[in-house]
Amino acid sequence: MSEHHSTYVPKTGIERWLDARLPIIRLTHDSAVSYPVPRNLNYWWTFGGILMFMLVAQIVTGVVLVMHYTPHVDFAFSSVEHIMRDVNYGWLMRYAHANGASMFFIAVYIHIFRGMYYGSYKAPREVLWILGVVIFLLMMATAFMGYVLPWGQMSFWGATVITNLFSAIPVIGDPIVTWLWGGYSVDNPTLNRFFSLHYLLPFMIFGVVILHVWALHHVGQNNPAGVEVKNYAKDTIPFTPFATVKDLFAMVCFMILFAWFVFYHPNFLGHADNYIHADPLKTPAHIVPEWYFLPFYGILRAIPDKLGGVVAMFASIAVLAFLPWLDTSKIKSGRYRPTFKIFFWIFVVVSVLLGYTGSQPTDKVVLSLGGRTVLDMVGFAQILTAMYFAYFFVVLPLLGLFEKPKAVPASIADAVLGESKK
Amino acid sequence: MMIKSSRPLMAALAVASLAFIGTPALASGGTEHPPAQKWSFSGPFGTFDRAQLQRGFKVYKEVCAACHGLEKLSFRNLYQPGGPGFTEGQVKTLAKEYKVKDGPNESGEMFERPGRPADRFPKPFANDEAAKAANNGAVPPDFSVIAKARTYERGFPMWLIDIVTQYQEQGVDYITGILTGYGAPPHGEKIEDGLHWNRYFPGNKIAMANPLVALFDDAGKAQDANFYTDGTPVTREQVAKDVAAFLMWAAEPKMEERKQTGAKVILWLIVLAGLLYFTKKRIWARLGDAH
Ligand code: HEC
Ligand code: HEM
Repeated sequence: MSEHHSTYVPKTGIERWLDARLPIIRLTHDSAVSYPVPRNLNYWWTFGGILMFMLVAQIVTGVVLVMHYTPHVDFAFSSVEHIMRDVNYGWLMRYAHANGASMFFIAVYIHIFRGMYYGSYKAPREVLWILGVVIFLLMMATAFMGYVLPWGQMSFWGATVITNLFSAIPVIGDPIVTWLWGGYSVDNPTLNRFFSLHYLLPFMIFGVVILHVWALHHVGQNNPAGVEVKNYAKDTIPFTPFATVKDLFAMVCFMILFAWFVFYHPNFLGHADNYIHADPLKTPAHIVPEWYFLPFYGILRAIPDKLGGVVAMFASIAVLAFLPWLDTSKIKSGRYRPTFKIFFWIFVVVSVLLGYTGSQPTDKVVLSLGGRTVLDMVGFAQILTAMYFAYFFVVLPLLGLFEKPKAVPASIADAVLGESKK
Repeated sequence: MMIKSSRPLMAALAVASLAFIGTPALASGGTEHPPAQKWSFSGPFGTFDRAQLQRGFKVYKEVCAACHGLEKLSFRNLYQPGGPGFTEGQVKTLAKEYKVKDGPNESGEMFERPGRPADRFPKPFANDEAAKAANNGAVPPDFSVIAKARTYERGFPMWLIDIVTQYQEQGVDYITGILTGYGAPPHGEKIEDGLHWNRYFPGNKIAMANPLVALFDDAGKAQDANFYTDGTPVTREQVAKDVAAFLMWAAEPKMEERKQTGAKVILWLIVLAGLLYFTKKRIWARLGDAH
């Protein structure tokens, strides 16, 4: 934190020598050892560390996969099978990478909802929050392009559907799509550029993560009480050993979940169709994106107009960046906002249901009365989309003005003491 | 810990993150779901039944191989650990039965030679066009990963339960279903020339004639009761299951290694998590907080 001063004392001659030239040990010490964290953080705060671990895991497994993968429409599918069959522990690398993407998204969704519940986007953390939204966008782009690489049926048709969205842009839409494809359909040039970008973007994510953490260490962590640190001695504890050991414990628990899928259920989160070689002449019965895109896909298909759908989909992500200004309440933590709490949980359920609509055929009947269809999947998705946006544009702005919050503890130390008395 | 106050948050997020997961890909409009079979390789400690894989390979080789390739596999895979457990000698003899195109030789000519364990399984057709011409316009799919490339919709809440039970044998259940699902179309259903009625095929009309007619007469009796040399009764269900099991191995030859490694990794992680939990408790006790 800004007022927090370095406590690093170089002990050996070499350390003193290096510290005078490149204070890198000091930097590490100040940001990972003595860095003060609020003493009341709960386990929802461990997902930042988990995300860091997942990013590194994706990069490590990805770099190994690239050593054996061939980015060409005639060989990509076979090279992935080669990895699975002939490369030592290739199955492990590939399953860890494919499931790792899903774990990464599980963690990031929990991390985002955590921020939304405890008001972590509010001043002075707006830039920190927006950097997070940027990371989320880059992750989505990376995962989308990665999914194209094995060149199965879903790879090909997913790429076709999503890139085609850009054709909704008036006038320049079609030239843009041709430019994205590098030709007149999804083909070898598309696969090659997606491969190139899939390798590049994770390192860009890494860069933005550094900014994200920098911003975090500058303003300090939010906490479940949502009150800022007032007295360092009373309100905070050093990152090491306290947060370190807690983060490690949470990370290992998360790895158990990860391992469950990698070793026992490696294809559960994927699509069977992606084990069929891409075939531009055969459209799969259902083109469904990976699960982590489903809520946004649900919003896309809810709007009958193509351009409208695309705009709504991008808006549903972009709106996150404006959260700090849409939420008018001065209270950060949802814990002290009884009405907000209710709307927050409705929002969570709406997001999950949007994902459900994204996974279903659009003409599926949701509700019928006396044989007449009252509500189909599109209609349902429309209601949910309206509720999704209403949370940002109606509920949050108004709640801050009308809600009667509960008493907020005076300090973090008070919050902790109150807790231990119960 | 402050977990107390955030319990609903935890529960809802767990549900939220799970509810997103998994959307079965294959549509099967109005088609029956194949019944779930018992498999030796299901569950965390499942292993392949070597004898079953050997029987399944026999069915593949003598019936299906005429139309379906196995292009990602080499003969040598048949004696690798975690597979059907043939000996290297058996596989050498087997490979020799095949003619493999090789070359060019010193005079620049291609030539045929007997197969070797390192060779891939030969393709049944030179190309898709030849395959179509021989099969009424349909291409018999390659078998290398077919057991993972087919599924059917599990629906809610089954797919959620599947996370815990590890049910993931949709593909083999489906293949077994296809091989036992032939029959006369229901009244009023027309079936075009070259198509066949199958209860479990999406849309019910499949271009493959019942491949098991080669082994069974119309009454369902085995043409050759000694088709299997290990004494296993030769029934339609048995043959269907055996070849399906073989295809599961073909699609996932490292499955045993994967599950066995998994048991060790997960056990190790659980022990580590336990140690970290108590370490964390000890360290946090210094604070005297309610953590
Ligand atoms: C005479 C050629 C021929 C033989 C022999 C044959 N098949 Fe097929 N098979 C086909 C054709 C053609 C198709 C494509 C059917 C379609 O798409 O309608 C097919 C498709 C299949 C499918 C995929 C169905 C789907 O969901 O797309 C399976 C599974 C299958 N065969 C299993 C077998 C098994 C097991 C054997 C050996 C016991 C076998 N086949 C023998 C020609 C054959
Ligand atoms: C943000 C981090 C990353 C995410 C979310 C991600 C995601 C994905 C996904 C979803 C797939 C498809 C997996 C499948 O279904 O088979 C994939 C494939 C692939 N990725 Fe990544 N990836 C990341 C980082 C990387 C990096 C850094 C590299 C290389 C240095 C890489 C290399 C590959 C390769 C070669 C494939 C194709 C092989 C395969 O399909 O298994 N990835 N990635």
